[in-house]
Amino acid sequence: MRYVPRLMQPPEPVSGRYGPYGGRYVAETLMPALDELTHAYEESQGDPAFQAELGSLLHHYAGRETPTYFASRLSEELGSRIWLKREDLCHTGAHKVNNTIGQILLAKRMGKTRIIAETGAGQHGVATATACALMGLPCEVYMGAEDVRRQAPNVRRMELLGAEVHSVTSGSATLKDAMNEALRDWVTNVRTTHYCVGSVAGPHPYPLIVRDFQAVIGQEARAQMLEQAGRLPDAVVACVGGGSNAMGIFAGFIDDESVRLIGVEAAGEGIETGRHAAPLCEGDVGVLHGAKSYVLQTPDGQIKEAHSISAGLDYPGVGPEHAWLKDIGRATYVSVTDDAALDAFQQLCRTEGIIPALETSHAFAYLPAVAKELGSDADILVCLSGRGDKDLETVLQKLKERG
Amino acid sequence: MGRIAHAFENARNENRAALVIYLCAGDPDLSTTADLVVAAAESGADVIELGVPFSDPTADGPAIQRAAERSLAGGTTLAKVLDTVSAIRGRTDVPILLFGYYNPILSYGEQKLVDDAAQSGADGFLVVNLPPEESAGLRGPAVDKGLDFVPLVAPTSNPERIAQAASAATSFIYYVSMTGVTGSKAADLASASERAGALQRELGRPVAIGFGIKTKEDVSTVAPHVDGVVVGSAVVRTIEDAASPDEAVASVRALVSELAQGLGRR
Ligand SMILES: Cc1ncc(COP(=O)(O)O)c(C=O)c1O
Repeated sequence: MRYVPRLMQPPEPVSGRYGPYGGRYVAETLMPALDELTHAYEESQGDPAFQAELGSLLHHYAGRETPTYFASRLSEELGSRIWLKREDLCHTGAHKVNNTIGQILLAKRMGKTRIIAETGAGQHGVATATACALMGLPCEVYMGAEDVRRQAPNVRRMELLGAEVHSVTSGSATLKDAMNEALRDWVTNVRTTHYCVGSVAGPHPYPLIVRDFQAVIGQEARAQMLEQAGRLPDAVVACVGGGSNAMGIFAGFIDDESVRLIGVEAAGEGIETGRHAAPLCEGDVGVLHGAKSYVLQTPDGQIKEAHSISAGLDYPGVGPEHAWLKDIGRATYVSVTDDAALDAFQQLCRTEGIIPALETSHAFAYLPAVAKELGSDADILVCLSGRGDKDLETVLQKLKERG
Repeated sequence: MGRIAHAFENARNENRAALVIYLCAGDPDLSTTADLVVAAAESGADVIELGVPFSDPTADGPAIQRAAERSLAGGTTLAKVLDTVSAIRGRTDVPILLFGYYNPILSYGEQKLVDDAAQSGADGFLVVNLPPEESAGLRGPAVDKGLDFVPLVAPTSNPERIAQAASAATSFIYYVSMTGVTGSKAADLASASERAGALQRELGRPVAIGFGIKTKEDVSTVAPHVDGVVVGSAVVRTIEDAASPDEAVASVRALVSELAQGLGRR
């Protein structure tokens, strides 16, 4: 009687859904680890000792809270009041460290003895290597060969911090391929290893955990706006790669219906050229790296290569919560080209004495459009997600090409 | 009873394990794939896992990654794979399990895929990144059409998840011999196949073991314990190493014949 099929219904989809998006589309081998992580995360939420340790490290080590700064000269140029949430002032130079400190604390709590991560711009790799050095855990980072080239300073930083960097040559040799390799490592070493995912992408619970660790950006910024501007902003603008800095700052304002939330994707060489990294604007619903969301893909369901001057935005997928915010209309998503990002990069250097990351420059490149629409009586808050030292070579090269 | 369950039962009646052979559709090209399926079936394969290539095969090692890249570069699509299955059906009745990743399936449309797959003569689905929790949209229509849904159990699966896989299974369960990607070196096939055998007794349904099984010796190590043995990367590498499609067919014929000699229960 062994071969009679028992047609019981399989269980309901796991939690971690944002409308139809999210979920867990991974190999069976990884499913128990995702359960374990979910459980550890839920426990840590109710554990005052964990929260105290996290809070203390964010404050004394990472330098939180970060300022919200009124950018008067940029405001003058653009014609609205522009406020900058200064995540570039975090230790390691970007918001990524908010997440990695949290996740490495979780990894320790779960008794994991080895950490892996993927990285695009190298900021998440540096932030992971940093948290691992801080807590004494070995760290290996997967990075596309193309990104190893264009973000060389961050490769050196990771190595100095004691991490081993694996250059990934498969596919487009960028962030997507680095994540593929990290998943292959994880499926092999899952019993001992925590995979420290760097954005609000991946299978549940990562989009939830990373958003929650990044929500500190929005919580601080909301209080700072009320204190310094005396009101909530009219719009909040952030760049979107996987979407973690955007989800982090949006999280603080999601219930404030008067606040417009605007995510800026990379239009690369131009949407019309097909060489871009704008899945929310131009992609279709698909499943990549464990979650259902918008994805750049061919009509046959093969994932397309993304294109952006910015390594941290050069990814054909995006976090599932953004897909849901787009569908329900709570956030709007737009895109700006490499060229526009370069112009905005220079503008911020010139007007405010701040060198932004190329990723971040995409958010700034959309500000003129927001300012034009909202006018001189509007307050616009921008997530200044990271500093641009890592990008100097790329920028100088491009400016030379442009002449 | 479907063709796949039937193949497992036949093997059991012959007091041996069933041989499951993985081929990546479109490597080196789809017409050779048809010849390879026929050759494998004639040389002793009981079931064919026909790989549908995907751009981002996160559960596969380098050999199957390269095969998928070659196949996609040649223009393989899921629709063309189904056409190939139709063409094969004029030549052999060997059960064909479509094996792949979820995004091409989602993009094709789950219900439409089930309809077209049934029409083409395919026998079922194994989707690497579609755990039981997420499988209702494909499994439901498949079961309605009499197609199989093959779930995976891994060394990390706990009793709850094993029960879940068992209840989603319609013919056999695929036991992954180790934590790793396809083509890795298996740490200890003997104890992995004992665990798979225990699982098979506990669940009362056939279990096939795969990952890390490359040679006739490997096959004879695991075959006494389980109802099915899967060989994938070793076959794909043989095809990669061949100088021509004809040579690939001849080499696969030789390899499958040899592997089949290890299937006995003793
Ligand atoms: C400074 C900075 N901003 C933004 C991003 C994009 O990631 P996310 O969309 O997850 O914030 C990166 C990624 O590397 C980054 O380094």
